[in-house]
Amino acid sequence: MSLYGADLLALLPELIIVVTACLVIALDPITPASRRDLLAWLSVGALALCLGITGWQISTLNVRVSAFSDLVVVDAYARFWKILLYGVAGLTIFMSLPYLKAERIHLGEYYGFILLSLSGMMVMVSGADLLTIYLGTELMTLSLYVMTGLNRSKPHSLEASAKYLVLGAFSSGILLYGISLLYGLAGSTKLVSIADAIGTRGADDSLVLIATILIAVGFGFKLAAVPFHMWTPDVYQGAPTSVTAFMAVAAKAASFAAFIRVFVEGLGGLKADWSLLFLFISVITLVLGNVVAIVQTNIKRMLAYSSIAHAGYALIGFVAAGRGVGASGGTPGLASVMIYLALYSFMTLGAFAVIGMLRKGGVEGEEIEDFTGLAKRQPLAAFLMLIFMGSLAGIPPTAGFIGKFYVFMAAVEAGLTWLAAIALIFAAVSAYYYMRVVMVMYMRDPTPSSVALPHLVTSPALSFVLACAVAGVILFGLYPDPLVSFALQSVLTLK
Amino acid sequence: MTSSFPWLSLLLILPLAGAIAMYFVTESTARWIALAATLADLFVTLPLWWLFDPQASQMQFTEHVAWITAPPIYYSLGLDGISLPLVLMTAGIMPLCVLASWNAITTRVRGFMAMLLVMETAMVGVFIALDFVLFYVFWEAMLIPMYLLIGVWGGPNRLYAAIKFFLYTLAGSVLLLVAILVLYFYGGHTFDILALSQGTYPASLQMWLFLAFFAAFAVKVPMFPFHTWLPDAHVEAPTAGSVILASILLKMGAYGFLRFSLPMLPDASHAFTPMMVALSIVAIIYGAYMALAQVDLKKLIAYSSVSHMGFVTLGLFVLNQQGIEGAVLQMVNHGITTGGLFLCVGMIYERTHSRLIADNAGLAAPMPKYAVLLVIFALSSLGLPGTNSFVGEFLVLVGTFLWSKVATAFASLGIILAAAYLLWMIQRVVFGIPSPHYLPKLRDLTQREFATLVPLALLVFWIGLYPNPLVSRMHESVTNTLASMSRAKLAPTTHPSAGGKAPLLVDSGEPLIIQGTSR
Repeated sequence: MSLYGADLLALLPELIIVVTACLVIALDPITPASRRDLLAWLSVGALALCLGITGWQISTLNVRVSAFSDLVVVDAYARFWKILLYGVAGLTIFMSLPYLKAERIHLGEYYGFILLSLSGMMVMVSGADLLTIYLGTELMTLSLYVMTGLNRSKPHSLEASAKYLVLGAFSSGILLYGISLLYGLAGSTKLVSIADAIGTRGADDSLVLIATILIAVGFGFKLAAVPFHMWTPDVYQGAPTSVTAFMAVAAKAASFAAFIRVFVEGLGGLKADWSLLFLFISVITLVLGNVVAIVQTNIKRMLAYSSIAHAGYALIGFVAAGRGVGASGGTPGLASVMIYLALYSFMTLGAFAVIGMLRKGGVEGEEIEDFTGLAKRQPLAAFLMLIFMGSLAGIPPTAGFIGKFYVFMAAVEAGLTWLAAIALIFAAVSAYYYMRVVMVMYMRDPTPSSVALPHLVTSPALSFVLACAVAGVILFGLYPDPLVSFALQSVLTLK
Repeated sequence: MTSSFPWLSLLLILPLAGAIAMYFVTESTARWIALAATLADLFVTLPLWWLFDPQASQMQFTEHVAWITAPPIYYSLGLDGISLPLVLMTAGIMPLCVLASWNAITTRVRGFMAMLLVMETAMVGVFIALDFVLFYVFWEAMLIPMYLLIGVWGGPNRLYAAIKFFLYTLAGSVLLLVAILVLYFYGGHTFDILALSQGTYPASLQMWLFLAFFAAFAVKVPMFPFHTWLPDAHVEAPTAGSVILASILLKMGAYGFLRFSLPMLPDASHAFTPMMVALSIVAIIYGAYMALAQVDLKKLIAYSSVSHMGFVTLGLFVLNQQGIEGAVLQMVNHGITTGGLFLCVGMIYERTHSRLIADNAGLAAPMPKYAVLLVIFALSSLGLPGTNSFVGEFLVLVGTFLWSKVATAFASLGIILAAAYLLWMIQRVVFGIPSPHYLPKLRDLTQREFATLVPLALLVFWIGLYPNPLVSRMHESVTNTLASMSRAKLAPTTHPSAGGKAPLLVDSGEPLIIQGTSR
């Protein structure tokens, strides 16, 4: 038992989250409906505790700590993502409190599922073994399937859940197939052993290439990269808005984290091959995401396509790392992905927080038209939405510009100037649909009708989420240094 | 340099503080706060005029603070003889914009004034930034406030005009960002504008970078095929928005060419000179012809801007001292004169709610003060000797003459056409027969409106009669720019390209006759 003491200590945050999740689910039946807020506060308390522990680990463990004979690893890279994920999960819980009540689906187990999903993500970012990462992925997505279908009375929500389940299971199968092929040639699922096996067998081995492609496809589904993006619009539109925000931000960040670790630490020897593959994927992802988003009328669907496009931008940083000069070890590219996703979290959470609380009569207003004339009725809310949209479009001085700046800087350094030019032109295209939201808010007057005008239901919890999101967007837009240096300290090296 | 006081930061902070204050005040005090903030900014710029050392060619009043460590980006500001007049002009125009919006803007006054003030910070920032990323941040930060100014407070077709402006300028400037990043890696890992201006870059790279810069700056100027956003934006924008667009925003494109394209990419600038000169001359003549055909006053002035900005880009790309000094002077002149004309149109629109020439005819009798000022600005715009534009256009034409006589002849055609469309406009608007329907509405200028226009009219004559203080301050900086261009390695001097082009065109003989008539 004492043998595992150190290992368990390294995994303390994961353990706390899992225990709290079980506690929340167990307490739910005996908690009266009026006191369910307490379950949310319990979850937030657990997150705060984990934040403290992970923060403490930063100061004490400056080296890579492996636990359970190399199945999981606690390193600076994992800590970066964990801190981001705690923040996102906490803000999602705050956003959910008023939203779930308004939608009349305030169920205690919701918070349990958020925490379970979060623990899956934490395992993903800390996994040093393909099966560990796979288990984390499954834990994350299984919880998300349930949360997507939470709104049982809405057909959209159920349809989204079913679609997500089928396609998610399909992609997991492909991922698992790739893992089994790698196990066949390396005799182990540990990333280190796989890297060694690829080193001895050489990069031209066809089995290695097939396995790499299968793993790339599996992760492509999780990242919602084109052509594996088909589930995204329906699921994002159908899921409750707070769940959509959680998927768009946390699930995407965790998937990117695991994806990068697998391809850098396990398949780094093949970087010439996979960087070419992801070069094509990144271009079609950002082109298709941005172009299709233009014609959307539902704002959640529009943001689904926008999240696809943003995955394309983040992939550019990853491609730049793969094609970059050897000396820098791909550091600028990988760091740029981390910076990009961290900044993307703030603006996306903020945008979804506004959308979730826009009520039209008794129901949620999720058409772009529902924002008509919001600036006159609720100027502050409209102004915040303006900032989030400007940031998503990458207009300085917001965080969105800083994220794009680092990604394109890495691309230019890696000699991919043409890619940066294409991506930036499509960033200008994206401004069209983001600015359309601004346009309906500020420049159109609502047509008088008998239906109550949509308005934003404010609450202290929502104000807190919006304040955090807008502070992140503005402060990191003006002074990104702390985030950048944190990312540069935490980045993996590509050999 | 002359003083360690952070003048330039103060210039940026004052309007921004005013914009933030808008959140806490009422609609009626918002106007006074905005006026106070813009006037305070103007009073901060005035000492710069005297403290500025005309003999020094380097940047003055510099501030240099680390902003981002990896990559090294600095909050780096400075002023030289090229940016000084533009900063002064910006600070001078903004209080007038506030005054012009006093009664014209009735809805969401706080938001409007806040946007004006944010624009002022960004515009001044563009002219004084010495770090390329900082420059880009200011450059792009103008997009959303201007989009809102046009789209929220604009005319009937404002939605179309606003998004067109936004997408045109954004599409142009994203390529600028790529060029900035490429320069960073070729120019020794720095974003410092002065250091980048000292570097030499491979000729083929310069061509690509020049085209990327061109995409951003030519849209902003706007140069000939990229000008189509301008008439829409000018016409639909509220008066203050039109004035900002015409007087200040358009200068940023020209400033970009002068600050970045010429010193950083000298070989490409030489190589592209024939194209740039040709596009400038097309803009001069095309803009003038289009102005001649307009029935809407704002559209007429908008197209005259295309024509006048053609003179600016022409002066820049003949690449000699006279041409560039004339171009900078013409940038200031166009800001003053066209700003004045747009203000005049806004004032008459407030009375008759029509911008059509036919509806606003015969103003001389009912509105004598207005008529005098309108005539002054129109004469200045057509370059009458004694007014400011004459000095600028004359210098540009002298510079062009040194480069190619044929080009000069064609450019002079623009001056004649300017006389035609402006005098014809004056004839109809000032001396036509007023329509009885509108006559009761034609009150003469109020004191506020008079105070808005008179400072510009005084500047028209001051620069027209005694331009030396302005020109002497920019002299060293222009010499410096040309000196940093002359280090071009490939250095095809201006003559081969000019010599290659001239014989083709001289055959017709026509241009020389036109030139004769213009003298």
